[in-house]
Amino acid sequence: MARVRTGVRVMGAVLAAVLGASLVGCSSTGGKRAEERAKTAQAGRPAVNTPRWTFAMVTHAGDGDTFWDIVQKGAKDAAAKDNINFVYAHDDQAQQQAQFVQNAIDQKADGIIVSLAKPEALKDVIAKAVKAGIPVVTVNSGSAQSAEYGALTHIGQDEQIAGEAVGAELTKRGRKKAVCVLHEQGNVGHEQRCAGAKKAFGGTMENLYVEGTNMPSVQAAIQAKLQADPSVDSIVTLGAPFAPTAIKAKDAAGSKAEVDTFDLNASVARDLKSGALGFAVDQQPYLQGYEAIDLLWLNRYNADVLGGGRPVLTGPQIVTGAEAAELEEYIKRGTR
Amino acid sequence: MSAPALADERLAPTSLLRRLLGRPELGAVVGAAAVFVFFSFAADSFLRASSLSTVLYSASTIGIMAVPVALLMIGGEFDLSAGVMVTTSALLSSMFSYQMTANVWVGVLVSLLVTLAIGFFNGFMLTRTKLPSFIITLGTFLMLTGLNLGFTKLISGSVSTKTIADMEGFSSARALFASQWNVGSVTLKVTILWWLVLVAVATWILLRTRAGNWIFAVGGGADAARATGVPVVKTRIGLYMGVALCAWISGQHILFSFDVVQSGEGVGNEFLYIIAAVIGGCLMTGGYGSAIGSAVGAFIFGMTSNGIVYAQWNPDWFKFFLGAMLLLATLLNAWVRKRAEAK
Repeated sequence: MARVRTGVRVMGAVLAAVLGASLVGCSSTGGKRAEERAKTAQAGRPAVNTPRWTFAMVTHAGDGDTFWDIVQKGAKDAAAKDNINFVYAHDDQAQQQAQFVQNAIDQKADGIIVSLAKPEALKDVIAKAVKAGIPVVTVNSGSAQSAEYGALTHIGQDEQIAGEAVGAELTKRGRKKAVCVLHEQGNVGHEQRCAGAKKAFGGTMENLYVEGTNMPSVQAAIQAKLQADPSVDSIVTLGAPFAPTAIKAKDAAGSKAEVDTFDLNASVARDLKSGALGFAVDQQPYLQGYEAIDLLWLNRYNADVLGGGRPVLTGPQIVTGAEAAELEEYIKRGTR
Repeated sequence: MSAPALADERLAPTSLLRRLLGRPELGAVVGAAAVFVFFSFAADSFLRASSLSTVLYSASTIGIMAVPVALLMIGGEFDLSAGVMVTTSALLSSMFSYQMTANVWVGVLVSLLVTLAIGFFNGFMLTRTKLPSFIITLGTFLMLTGLNLGFTKLISGSVSTKTIADMEGFSSARALFASQWNVGSVTLKVTILWWLVLVAVATWILLRTRAGNWIFAVGGGADAARATGVPVVKTRIGLYMGVALCAWISGQHILFSFDVVQSGEGVGNEFLYIIAAVIGGCLMTGGYGSAIGSAVGAFIFGMTSNGIVYAQWNPDWFKFFLGAMLLLATLLNAWVRKRAEAK
């Protein structure tokens, strides 16, 4: 035992030494200091004096999803402005998601925002909320079912339409053979995006499934695909984090294919600016969160309903190198 | 006349064939050859040098972790936290450097210490509580998964880290953990080198050092080992710290290769490492196996997962093919081993 305790002490000493050294071993470029220099003051005070209503948001996001992070940020910003108590819960299992909606009903939330990735599983619980007089807004996925289930409005991007925008853009760019990289096998939205792209694309398009939780294997799989078929001249990834990896795979395979992607993040903006990426399709997740809260507030305050039973689309917006520079700072602060 | 020559059969010289059949990795080698031949015919582009380098890269990223996991399995234990520990290690380096605006190397060193501490924690808890490693490392797995998400979000305000590519020390760290060489059309990654070195070191430890004997003894039967003076506690803690060390190497590769780390990554990869070790001839019950076997197991995995893409099969069936190939390779491996033991 004594030996073990010595080990702990030695480790503690080394750790302390390294922490001390870190104060000396500073980086004069990048890092938090650079971020703080660039940061501007942000507002966060309510702009209205309506009662402090509670709005609950329940999504199908998995753990650690960058996309839903931005949705949440939009919702939080709107909640701060509208004097709303914002509650958030998420689970990628539909059953658990339904349970969270039920919890919101039990807590007598003043409004519920829900994403319908697996609509059937949430049908009953949404009906309960509507029956209890709680206004429901659906976001992101489920545009087809939203009105039928009794939601006020649907805010989001139609995946099929977004896919078609990609297909049309690829055709415009004179591409002949594309690969659609799906990082989650069995995700309906992903299938719809690729199907939409395939439909609107003049050339041929194939699907490639990769293991989204394992970046090296994503790279290897794309590399393998390009090596197997040198005639591929464009790669479309369905999530921003996979775009830089696709670029690496392309370079390693010695391919001349153009890489394009759905969604934005800082490295996508950087690669758009440098020309390593052709274009990105943004569905503006910040808007999905922000508008959902704002519309619920408008409904409570003024009985407003937007969309007239039709989905309110937040995308697709095609972003190229020309717009990337402007968007970069918004991406950095986490709102694009 | 002299005494009969065969006084003790244990001292009798064994034939090369028999010695070969007794090796734990033999089944895996046969399996790897079968998979290799299969994809050589099934996929036109599989045999190209550039394709094989892709396969090797894929294998090396699994293989680096399969080495310590194999050693741990020989020592009779599991580590379910190995997959997320890789992500933890990458997140630590990135976030520490970023938040402190420190030279990237400082973050890398802090990450090494913390990752080793996690390995130490696993081993220490295991030997102290006497709970099965399944429970201990499942607990660590869940805690790390939560910490990865929670800390990343708390500190950087989003679920992925910020870029540290513009910070001092990044290029030299990238050279060590994520560099590559172009030989003609072939790109060789530094992970392949790390992998080979780790396999060589682990093989040397297992077969040529006292620590190697301890690992086999602990895996074969801890109580008997303790009775003969083997430091069981030290060996187990050391094995878990070995897993942590390699998780750190893999984590740094991911960080410096992809620049930005997502906090949800790594979940599920622990099974790939265990699969590679098992295909490579490690027994699930401990006391038997080899580091070279784990490398062959990782190679089979790399060939299968990329071979399916080279063969351009309908991607809907990807996972099915992968599972079937792995199962077949393992069955073949078990069959060869049974034949070898029967001899």
